[in-house]
Amino acid sequence: MHATTASSASTARTGERRLRWRVVDIVVASVIGVAVGVVFWAWGVVWGPISAPIEALLPGLQAAPAAVWLIAGVLGGLIIRKPGAAIYTELVAAVVSALIGSQWGGLLTIEAGLVQGLGAELVFAIFLYRNWRLPVALLAGAGAGLAMAINDLILWYAGAAPTFAIVYTISAVVGGAVIAGGLSWLAVRGLARAGALDRFAAGRELRTV
Amino acid sequence: MSIAAIRPGLPLATINPVAKIAATVPLSIVLVLTLDAVSAAVAIACELVLFTAVGLGRLLWSRRTLPVWIAAPLTGISMVLYGAPSGAVLWDFGVIHVTEGSVQIGIATTLRVIAIALPAVVIFLTIDPTDLADGLAQTLRLPARFVLGALAALRLVGSSIDDWRTLSLARRARGIADHGVIRRGLGQAFALLVLAIRRGSTLATAMESRGFGAPGARTWARVAHFGGREWVVIAVGCLVAAISAAAAVATGSWNVIWA
Amino acid sequence: MTTRDASSPGAASVVARGWGWRHGGRRLPAVQGLDLEIRPGERVLLLGASGSGKSTLLHGMAGVLGGDDEGEVLGELLVDGRPAAAARGRSGLVLQDPDAQVVMARLGDDVAFGLENLGVARQEIWPRVRAALDAVGLDLPLDHATAELSGGQRQRLALAGVLAMRPGLILLDEPTANLDPSGVREVRDAVVRVADETGATLVVIEHRVSTWLPSVDRIVVLGAGGGLLADGAPEPVLAARAAELRAAGVWLPDEVPWRAPARDVSAGRPLLTTEGLDVARVPGSPVLRGVDVTVDAGGILAVTGPNGAGKSTLALTLAGLLHPEGGRIEPSDELARGLRGEPWRWRSRDLLTRIGTVFQSPEHQFLTGSVRAELEVGPRALKLPADERARRVDELLAVLRLERLAEANPFTLSGGEKRRLSVASALATRPRMLVLDEPTFGQDATTWRELARLIVDLRDDGVGVVAVTHDDVFVDAIADRRLEVGAVALPSGGGAR
Repeated sequence: MHATTASSASTARTGERRLRWRVVDIVVASVIGVAVGVVFWAWGVVWGPISAPIEALLPGLQAAPAAVWLIAGVLGGLIIRKPGAAIYTELVAAVVSALIGSQWGGLLTIEAGLVQGLGAELVFAIFLYRNWRLPVALLAGAGAGLAMAINDLILWYAGAAPTFAIVYTISAVVGGAVIAGGLSWLAVRGLARAGALDRFAAGRELRTV
Repeated sequence: MSIAAIRPGLPLATINPVAKIAATVPLSIVLVLTLDAVSAAVAIACELVLFTAVGLGRLLWSRRTLPVWIAAPLTGISMVLYGAPSGAVLWDFGVIHVTEGSVQIGIATTLRVIAIALPAVVIFLTIDPTDLADGLAQTLRLPARFVLGALAALRLVGSSIDDWRTLSLARRARGIADHGVIRRGLGQAFALLVLAIRRGSTLATAMESRGFGAPGARTWARVAHFGGREWVVIAVGCLVAAISAAAAVATGSWNVIWA
Repeated sequence: MTTRDASSPGAASVVARGWGWRHGGRRLPAVQGLDLEIRPGERVLLLGASGSGKSTLLHGMAGVLGGDDEGEVLGELLVDGRPAAAARGRSGLVLQDPDAQVVMARLGDDVAFGLENLGVARQEIWPRVRAALDAVGLDLPLDHATAELSGGQRQRLALAGVLAMRPGLILLDEPTANLDPSGVREVRDAVVRVADETGATLVVIEHRVSTWLPSVDRIVVLGAGGGLLADGAPEPVLAARAAELRAAGVWLPDEVPWRAPARDVSAGRPLLTTEGLDVARVPGSPVLRGVDVTVDAGGILAVTGPNGAGKSTLALTLAGLLHPEGGRIEPSDELARGLRGEPWRWRSRDLLTRIGTVFQSPEHQFLTGSVRAELEVGPRALKLPADERARRVDELLAVLRLERLAEANPFTLSGGEKRRLSVASALATRPRMLVLDEPTFGQDATTWRELARLIVDLRDDGVGVVAVTHDDVFVDAIADRRLEVGAVALPSGGGAR
């Protein structure tokens, strides 16, 4: 790795993408997952008691705020930019949620994380892990939202009327796109400008000192 | 809230977490497949008995299980109001159709949420994160780099919580804490993320300097055993699942969700 | 831990030939053309201005700089004749931040981590863990929670984790910068003991020279842009390069960067008086009781005391940010200017022109994406007209030498620049009273000097300053009065003098 020639830079600059995860990739992806897992719990503690009665009465709109949880996958994907990033980060967030004590119970929380992460991952995969711009971020958020809607409707709202199911799905997709996709993309730009992502391509793109 | 480590004296604490999670799988599958009140009710009864017998009765009504007790009836109410209509109509209002059928669905859903979530939450409260990591990496042979990377990231939660408190105080000092809670909250969350990611990058360097991620096999200082006790726990899980399913089939209320 | 067994071949040597490294996101290399040779068993103190590449060199020796996708390497850097990255396990690295090096929840597990990575057999792991903990003086049970350790203890834990691997090269990147004086002594003593027992090669970066001077036998000074500026035995180098080192912010031994000119300390007008004040972070468990203190306009009050005594909590309560647990805080009319009640009741906006606060870690205060916007936050919250805002911001940028950085993102500034920015943003709204929590924490001598001068200028302008600090040199240099808070609760008066 420490070549004695001065031209080792060429491999870095020709854009050869290393697909193997570095330690810093793993740890930062985990940090993002842990942070979102905790924020989601804190959000639930604050927002839950207030909104729970309201949500119970709204036909399906409760899916939109739940999109906060989907941020992990999209954010992880946009920062780490390697295959599996969205799934892994969302999974870590789910495990943390389960450890703190989520309302869906451990196993299915983790399963939900897996499915939601997959929703975002598929979008990134479709774009061959090369495109990380805003439209893709929004689509990834929407994908995660769709996955969440399908998961919840099958497992938890199995007896729902079609109207409920449709509204739930649409709110999940829109909420996912805006909150998980849009906010994550903004966050990545802010993080890059703050110099937090200097060890990642996402950071170096936006900030060359 | 402590996701650092659990008290060692807690019942079931020393059982391999992989076994504990595996024990909840059969029941989750059974209960997910059907939407009826009998299987869920029987399952809940079994769970309450078992947990109390093992000594975890106190956890059933703790702060951490509260979300389950709150979420279940709320989900049920959603179904009562918006569930697939069938039978006599009890109340009609716009898109809301409360019918006999939807009430049944609501009850079944409430019980189902409790039956699936309660044991999972309680069991997870007995899981120590380090033991979970050991179980995942040694028993299930998941890649050690990922499992341990995630475990290490968990360490930073304490610092992040301290950060959050200080960030709130700082916003008061900077003159912006009087209004705009949402914008402030988002800004604070962003600052937290910056600090957490930077700390994570430093942690990654520290781990690498201690040989983490380098080629070569790694050994384990702690053993994740998987023996008789673990199999017993899994067997109990299967048993509860079987009893619930049998009860539902016997009373004829087994109701597959895609029917 | 006195024997080195056959598996550890002893102290490592380091050889750099024309070595350079450029981080991926930067145009200029951090280090270039470095030729250096460190013999096995030597103890080296690495000095230089910030930006001279000291950390980069240390990380390079540890082999953790990253691969081809992270930057560009020139020349070679060999540890024991092999490239550094291939020699992980031969070297151990201890970093500056005590919070960011703990990997596991329990003490023993954390020390064992390195051994697990190196593939050491289980029956060998735990004896080595115990030996390493003894060597650094951490006499705690193996299942002690790492979250409950102090900063000094965490740094010693990191050292134990490194030590258990029996490295031939011990690398320390400002290990005591974020610690209070007793923590500094603990860690320094542990490192010296370990180096004595194992005979390993030691390379330390620190800007307080006196901490390490007795224990090193060589000083290497790096210049800006990464070449060697000086290299040799400690005394001659320090004597020959004193001026440059001082300019680079190094704390030369037995030197105080600056001292306020002596003056008549006459009692100023009181701004804030407390009576029997109890302070707490968590409601219900007070950390300090019965504090009676007065903050005067045109005076500097230093609050000192051991770690954990509640100094920070007291400062934040005086600043109106925390709710007092008991007792009274009375602002004078001059401070309150028409507001009633205690400061913690005031609105956030009202605090801006009355009491300013500078936090221990500047980053907690940053709200915006540019230095200029950061300075404008306060004036904006006060709804000042645009030209007044611009005037204040330009003035502060000039006084604190931040003009060059006006458009930079606050998080990307150097440590000293961040500190200056956090002080400047508190001053933008011209508060009558300023509370500073550990202002000189982790700062090099240059920033220290600037802060000292700035605070004295503020005092001369009539601002009442409260500085919580464990830096005795700072207290001696500028404080007018001193409040010592103790960790031991006294019968009725809490230890305030």
